[in-house]
Amino acid sequence: MAEAASPLLQVRGLSAQFTTAGRVSQVVNGISFDVAAGEAVGFVGESGSGKSVTARAVMRLAPEGSSVALGGSVLYDGQELLQLPEAAMRDIRGRRIAMVFQDPMSSLNPVMTVGAQIDDIVRRHTGLSRQQARQRSIELLDLVGIRDAARRVDDHPHQFSGGMRQRVLIAIAVSCEPQLLIADEPTTALDVTVQAQILRLLMRLRQDLGMALMLISHDFGVIAGMVERVHVMLEGDIVEDGPIDEIFARPQHAYTRALLDAVPRLVPVGGAA
Amino acid sequence: MSTPSVTPVLQVRDLSVVFPPRRSAPAMRAVDGVSFDIAPGETLGLVGESGSGKTTTGRAILQLQRSSGGSVQLLGRELTTMARGDVRRMRRHMQFVLQNPYSSLNPRMTVGRILTEPLQVHASVPKAEMAERVAQLLRFVGMDPDVVQRYPHAFSGGQRQRIVIARALAVNPDFVVCDEPVSALDVRTQAQIVALLRDLQQQLGLSYLFIAHDLAMVRHVAHRVAVMFSGQLVELGNTVQVFDDPRHPYTQALLDAVPIPDPARQRAKLAAPAPELEFQRGAAPVGPCCFGEDHAHTGTPPWHWLAVGHGVSCRFQALAA
Amino acid sequence: MANVPIMVASNPGGSARRGRLLLFIGLAMLVSMLVVTIFGPQIAPHSAIAFSPDSLAGPSAEHWLGTDSIGRDVLSRLIIGGRTTLLITFVAVSLAVAAGLVLGLTSGYVGGLTDEIIMRALDVIFAFPVFLLAIAVVAALGPTVPNLILTIAIVYTPTMARVVRGPVLSVKRWDHVEAARSVGVGEFQIATRHVLPMVISPILVQTSLTLANTIFTVTALSFLGIGPPPPDPNWGGMLSEARQFMELAPLTVIGPATAIVFATLTFIVLANGLREWLDVGNR
Repeated sequence: MAEAASPLLQVRGLSAQFTTAGRVSQVVNGISFDVAAGEAVGFVGESGSGKSVTARAVMRLAPEGSSVALGGSVLYDGQELLQLPEAAMRDIRGRRIAMVFQDPMSSLNPVMTVGAQIDDIVRRHTGLSRQQARQRSIELLDLVGIRDAARRVDDHPHQFSGGMRQRVLIAIAVSCEPQLLIADEPTTALDVTVQAQILRLLMRLRQDLGMALMLISHDFGVIAGMVERVHVMLEGDIVEDGPIDEIFARPQHAYTRALLDAVPRLVPVGGAA
Repeated sequence: MSTPSVTPVLQVRDLSVVFPPRRSAPAMRAVDGVSFDIAPGETLGLVGESGSGKTTTGRAILQLQRSSGGSVQLLGRELTTMARGDVRRMRRHMQFVLQNPYSSLNPRMTVGRILTEPLQVHASVPKAEMAERVAQLLRFVGMDPDVVQRYPHAFSGGQRQRIVIARALAVNPDFVVCDEPVSALDVRTQAQIVALLRDLQQQLGLSYLFIAHDLAMVRHVAHRVAVMFSGQLVELGNTVQVFDDPRHPYTQALLDAVPIPDPARQRAKLAAPAPELEFQRGAAPVGPCCFGEDHAHTGTPPWHWLAVGHGVSCRFQALAA
Repeated sequence: MANVPIMVASNPGGSARRGRLLLFIGLAMLVSMLVVTIFGPQIAPHSAIAFSPDSLAGPSAEHWLGTDSIGRDVLSRLIIGGRTTLLITFVAVSLAVAAGLVLGLTSGYVGGLTDEIIMRALDVIFAFPVFLLAIAVVAALGPTVPNLILTIAIVYTPTMARVVRGPVLSVKRWDHVEAARSVGVGEFQIATRHVLPMVISPILVQTSLTLANTIFTVTALSFLGIGPPPPDPNWGGMLSEARQFMELAPLTVIGPATAIVFATLTFIVLANGLREWLDVGNR
């Protein structure tokens, strides 16, 4: 039996504070967690829980117009991310850790074609020529399930539906085959039928590329089928974590129980409403 | 339709809203021949995805959006042909709870002012009693009457939505359109607000048109459910009928897609191949429908009653190639 | 569990502070101007119109800024002259704001044909250069203060109306406006109670800018001789008279010029301060 490899992502005592317009807006209070290579981990909580902040802290991204204060340690593949100079961090972002956000429209440049945007990333992180990058873009669009990729690679974001735009974002995210994909509410803005498609896509890509996944959502249903372990967050702290089946079947913390109780179930408890 | 013995609070027949063509877009039938009733004290859940027309339907019923055809009768009175002043007066019987609690309250008005405004507009309460009524409304929605001096920005999303609900109740309406009333709120707050709406319905005998995309929630809130797709009703029935015995493929697809907060079942669902979901939009196909009737010939709407109160559209039954 | 020292990534958001600072400076300038002009007659050391044989004198204890070509005290003339200039400015701009509010709100809120008619009418006025219109009015009706006020008010109304109309067009689509309509609130109340309060910020900024512009316009008109008639002093007129004596008595030019710059700057600083302070953290 091989000894357990050290985790891909090792976070210890991470504290983060975002200040927007003079007001402290979001906080994480010294949390710790691991993500092993190829593992899928979920972060669930309500607004203000700090789940999005955690994701951004790992990527060292601050929302527009905010100042950030970070503390603690984020070890990625043995490298301390919080002390890295920005230039080195830029190398890591997109290539080794990628992120998918909630609103595809605001993450995509509306005046560039989709192909051009994928080309950009691909060529920044690899040495591919323009021709090769374009070919790769088409392959990627195909990989994420966009039909007629060779033609659609020259379309602009507004010519895609919400679900397709999210697929494009995912294509960009996996373009350099990152080892870790962070998805922050990737399906929240989408219709429920499209949600299921995107979740299936993420699952398939994970398997095909062997990526680790950090999935952040307020929706238990979204988390449920996608991750092996889940962390429940409340006001900047992790109040409970463990294997997903355990947490669902036997939630220990009062907050976890309250959250699970509040989620409406499609299957009726009793007879008709 | 609901049991005919009781006069429905709301009767919608063949409602249509067509948005005129603009520079880049052709004319769009956002709402296309929608019909349903709502009985007193009943909640009709109106579900659909984006572009289904459910929000436009709600707004058209409230006469906040001009309709292009059809009839809307509230308490037996026809709204679509009514003069503007009369519609304004009828508003005391129909109120609106919007989705976004952060933008549906005037940020420059105090809570007290916000709640007094409908009372003044409809002169439903003598001036001397307005303060007391406002306090009563706040208590109804579980808030401390002392908050009247404060401004909306001092409150959380859930509290603001309670204020919005209090405002809707101010003039004792018979009917309230709730357009995604809890979508912008956290899960636990959602449950609280939904519980509040149900309590109020029982206490005050309100009817709701509950517009939502969250099917699991609609299950708990609604007595009857209408499913919309591409501007048309595809299925209508009571909750048990629609959720336990969905007859339209779109309803089935919708229900199938809802994530189940149960890890084992959700994993199984995601592992199964994705159902093909491209429904054929656009004009009705020529010839007899899937139930064997040629509607172009008979001139009947593309609707079939399968059981008492449970009906289905024969449109969009086929999947796109 | 080593603790790495905190790193700060960026620090934007100084705008509100800068805004408040500018606002403070601008208000200080404004208040000092107002105090001096309101109490002008009391604090002016000499009469502004009495002439003396002591012409084109340099600065002295008697005359802080010297005297002009017919021996009048420059300082006193500056102080009294400011009253007329500022009076015309404030009244004219107030009228323009009032008219602009009414027209812009009506145009933006009602929309349709009303909007078209009002905007096209305002466009006609907007197309007229200020000076041309002023000369025409003055030639026709005489260079009195009320005429000047009216001319300037008319000229700046279109800009104010546009500044009001723009935000109104978007605010009228906001949720709380639709909510008010669904409650049954009448359209007039919606426009005044639910839409108008939300467009105050751009109006304030534009008002300040217009005040700055108007100072300039008034002084320019008086410089050209179209302003308030003598013997009342005014800054533009003083500049005009003093041109010929620039080398002999530079203060007769520097005095009014500085006053004009100071006044204009006051409103520009206010405008910038308002813009920064209101934009940040604006609801």
